[in-house]
Amino acid sequence: MRIHAEVNGEAREFETKGSESLLFVLADQLGLPGAKGACEQGECGSCSVMLDGRLVCSCLVMAVDVDGSEIVTVEGLGRSGLHPVQKALVDSGAVQCGFCTPGFVVAAAALLDENPVPSSDEIREALSGNICRCTGYGAILRGLDSLAGNR
Amino acid sequence: MEVIRPADIQEAAAALAENPGAVPLAGGTDLMVEVNFGHIRPSAVITLRRVEEIQELSRRRIGAGVTFRDLETGDHRALAQLARTIGSPQIRAAGTIGGNIGTASPAGDSLPFLAGLDARIELRSAARGARLVPWDEFFIGVKQTSKRPDELITAVLLPEDLPDRQEFAKIGQRSAMVISIVAACVFRWRGGRTRVALGSVGPTPIRCRRAEDMISNERNPGESALDEFARIVSEEVRPITDHRGTEDYRRHSSGVLARRLLERCLAS
Ligand SMILES: Cc1cc2nc3c(=O)[nH]c(=O)nc-3n(C[C@H](O)[C@H](O)[C@H](O)COP(=O)(O)OP(=O)(O)OC[C@H]3O[C@@H](n4cnc5c(N)ncnc54)[C@H](O)[C@@H]3O)c2cc1C
Ligand code: FES
Ligand code: FES
Repeated sequence: MRIHAEVNGEAREFETKGSESLLFVLADQLGLPGAKGACEQGECGSCSVMLDGRLVCSCLVMAVDVDGSEIVTVEGLGRSGLHPVQKALVDSGAVQCGFCTPGFVVAAAALLDENPVPSSDEIREALSGNICRCTGYGAILRGLDSLAGNR
Repeated sequence: MEVIRPADIQEAAAALAENPGAVPLAGGTDLMVEVNFGHIRPSAVITLRRVEEIQELSRRRIGAGVTFRDLETGDHRALAQLARTIGSPQIRAAGTIGGNIGTASPAGDSLPFLAGLDARIELRSAARGARLVPWDEFFIGVKQTSKRPDELITAVLLPEDLPDRQEFAKIGQRSAMVISIVAACVFRWRGGRTRVALGSVGPTPIRCRRAEDMISNERNPGESALDEFARIVSEEVRPITDHRGTEDYRRHSSGVLARRLLERCLAS
């Protein structure tokens, strides 16, 4: 089945047969490996993308269901230089292996879209669906807190 | 795999009637986990994300397609509270109340809310149109409902006489992204009438009717009445022991949680 969607502001199309998730289509067919697959059950957030303006796990989106939708991936956030969230995470040294980073970037960017000056608690709650297996939460939260002007 | 993208609910119901075995797909937060792990291999899916009729949300009617994210800021305090505890922002943005009901997990966090308010589930088929099923006839076992194969869930209907106070809380291993070990809803009306429903402590949501009768007669319950209320709740639940918690722990927590929520209703 032929699917048409707007991905990072561009009209894209791809072919999908079965019930595969958007996560695989992004990497395998659209050349966008930023969203990472780990748990494939919605627990880790490393596959986070924006779908029609909402933060979702791309591993839980059936690819056939995005026809006519707008998708933004981490690649779309950093198109014109580093996104402020990316800059903040670089500055705070928040990247260890980096596997979780794209998911955190998309989730934090989604938060700032809605709430430009979140409190520390709001940041923590907004990132509760993202897991860092290097457990580097301290530096991630520090970077985002300083971006939001907390402390 | 065949994909059916109905424009409205009538088309969706017709598609389901014509394709026995087709799987309705709402937010995908339950279904895709099964698909990703190869537990389900749907021959056809019917996508519901864009069906407008089931997105409606009013005080007494909650469309099946309303997401938990949208319920986080809704009119009903306990529903908003429980919505905020579902998974993570990513899960709440996609997951719908209709999907929660469709899965009918004993740990489905919206179920105690429906049980405590005596909600009815609206189902629709192409052959028979709409019908309303009381919650206790709908949830019949672990992940089992009385929904027929050709029926879609279209909405949840709440009664006219809504409570003056309502509170929800759940216990899990951490504060986000947890499956409930115990979930509870308490509703209280000004005259004293009280309803108590719990989740994750039985195959289907549990109403504690003896505890309700006892506490509904207390206009201003004191310590001993509250203790008695908690004790009866602990007796009435029907939990099992599993990897998340023991039967004893769940019984004890059910009483503690129900009492605490009742106190919040009385204080607010
Ligand atoms: C990481 C994670 C955390 C979670 N945390 C929680 C939690 O804290 N509490 C909780 O209760 N749940 C939780 N869940 C489970 C899930 O998110 C909820 O049950 C959610 O409400 C499912 O809704 P959905 O729209 O995604 O359903 P889907 O996955 O699309 O569908 C679920 C089932 O219902 C059927 N269905 C859906 N809509 C209809 C309809 N209108 N008519 C007929 N059948 C229908 C589908 O065919 C399928 O069988 C979690 C899931 C994940 C992956
Ligand atoms: S891979 Fe999607 S949430 Fe973990
Ligand atoms: S930096 Fe390694 S998983 Fe987060």
